[in-house]
Order: sequence, then structure tokens, then C-alpha cells
Amino acid sequence: MLVQPPIEPAECGGFDVHLSDGERDALRSLPDQLRAVLGTEDPVLGRLFPDAYPDDPELNEEFDQLVHDDLMEERLRRIQTFAETLDAEHLTAEELLAWMGVLNDARLILGTNLSVTEETDVWSVSDEDPQAPAYAFYGFLGWLEEYVVEVLSTGLGKEQA
Amino acid sequence: MATAPVEVDRPAGDEIVRPDVPWVVIVWNDPINLMSYVTYVFQKLFGYPYQKAHELMMDVHTKGKAAVSHGPKEKAESDVARLHSHGLWATMRKDR
Repeated sequence: MLVQPPIEPAECGGFDVHLSDGERDALRSLPDQLRAVLGTEDPVLGRLFPDAYPDDPELNEEFDQLVHDDLMEERLRRIQTFAETLDAEHLTAEELLAWMGVLNDARLILGTNLSVTEETDVWSVSDEDPQAPAYAFYGFLGWLEEYVVEVLSTGLGKEQA
Repeated sequence: MATAPVEVDRPAGDEIVRPDVPWVVIVWNDPINLMSYVTYVFQKLFGYPYQKAHELMMDVHTKGKAAVSHGPKEKAESDVARLHSHGLWATMRKDR
């Protein structure tokens, strides 16, 4: 039996979303959680806003003043679009790009807080591990993002290589 | 005890910022971003064909970093900002 992918290109353009109510509910807390982290000085933000000039604090400060507010606004805009379209059956390309940004930012924050490494296998974490639900959610976000990236990559001509 | 620093003859002008020296944008490996995602971002932001984007991604993954774009300071800063917007760990430095 073929399993339906969660995101598919729609015949009429844009993308169809096939997520269960439970899966959408799992994503529902993301906007508030992300906005909360973005509104703090949490060190995890260093992963979302890295130093452009790691060896030059002065140039780095200049760069930060130049781009930080724009990057923050962009992130908040993507979160807003994601929140507004969380229950949609159909997304435009622009809306799906916002989803991708939100999923990726959420994985960066969650993955950093879980201290994941390239050896981390989220599917083999013991149920006894107090972080097991967080690992499972991290795995779910990555599963969904893979599909989002795949359908968006097709639009860029992956086969033209 | 620290020994006295060795005197080195520096070529004149070494400290002067040379506007003709381009900047290089470097993306560093991280354990979170998906390989497919990093490839996609290189295609989308720089217009690289899939094969080149994939090779750069593999360099990041296996060698720890890759130089993904070059150019004047303003262009490099713009590229770094766009990479940061996509969650990639990008830095920039003078090309050598």
C-alpha cells in the first residue's frame, strides 16, 4: 500500500497538506514557543543569529546592527504565516517556505537544547529517557521538513544536474 | 618564562585593507540541518545547479566547512545574512 506523503504538489499549483488532526495539534504550540524564545536572551539564539565575524567583535557588532532586526522580523513573519495556515489543506509556495523556515528554526532550537550530534538516532532513544518526548518531536519535525524540502527542491530542478 | 618575540620583517602595506581582495563566505558543519535542506538552500540562494550545491553540502558535511560564495564585502555580508535567515552557520573572512 502506498503511504501518502504529508506534503504534495497540487495539480492546480501550490501544495496539498495531508496531516492528521493529531499531527497538526503537535505543531500548534510551535508559534508561541518560538516567539517566546525569540523574545529572550537565551544562549540558543546564538545558533539562529551566529557571528558573521567570529574573530572580530567590532565588525561583528556592525554586522549585527545591520541585519539583526531584519532577520528577526523575517522569522516572526514566517511564524505568523505558519500559525495562520496550520489547519490549511492547501498552501501556496510562499506559505510552504514559511513552514520550512519555522520547522528548521524549531529543529535548531530543540536540537541545540538536546545537544544532538550527528550520531544521535532519535528513533532509538529509550522510553525511559526523560527527554524521550522531546526527541520524538524533534524526529517528527525532521520527518516533515524532509518532505517540505523535497517538494520545494523539485521546483528548483533537482534532476537538471 | 616567555621568550622575546622574534622580529619578523613584514612586507609594507600588509595591514592596509585592500579593496580588491574579495571576501569569502564559509558555511560550517552542524549536526542539525538536514543534508537535503542545506543542498536546497545553496541552490535557492546562489542559483547553483543541483550537482554543485550537493558537492558543497558534502564538503560541509565531510570536511567540516566549505566556501560557498566570494565577492566584495557588501555581497558577502548579504550572503551571510541570507544564510543566517535559513539557519545555516555562516561566517565570512578576507580571501587569502
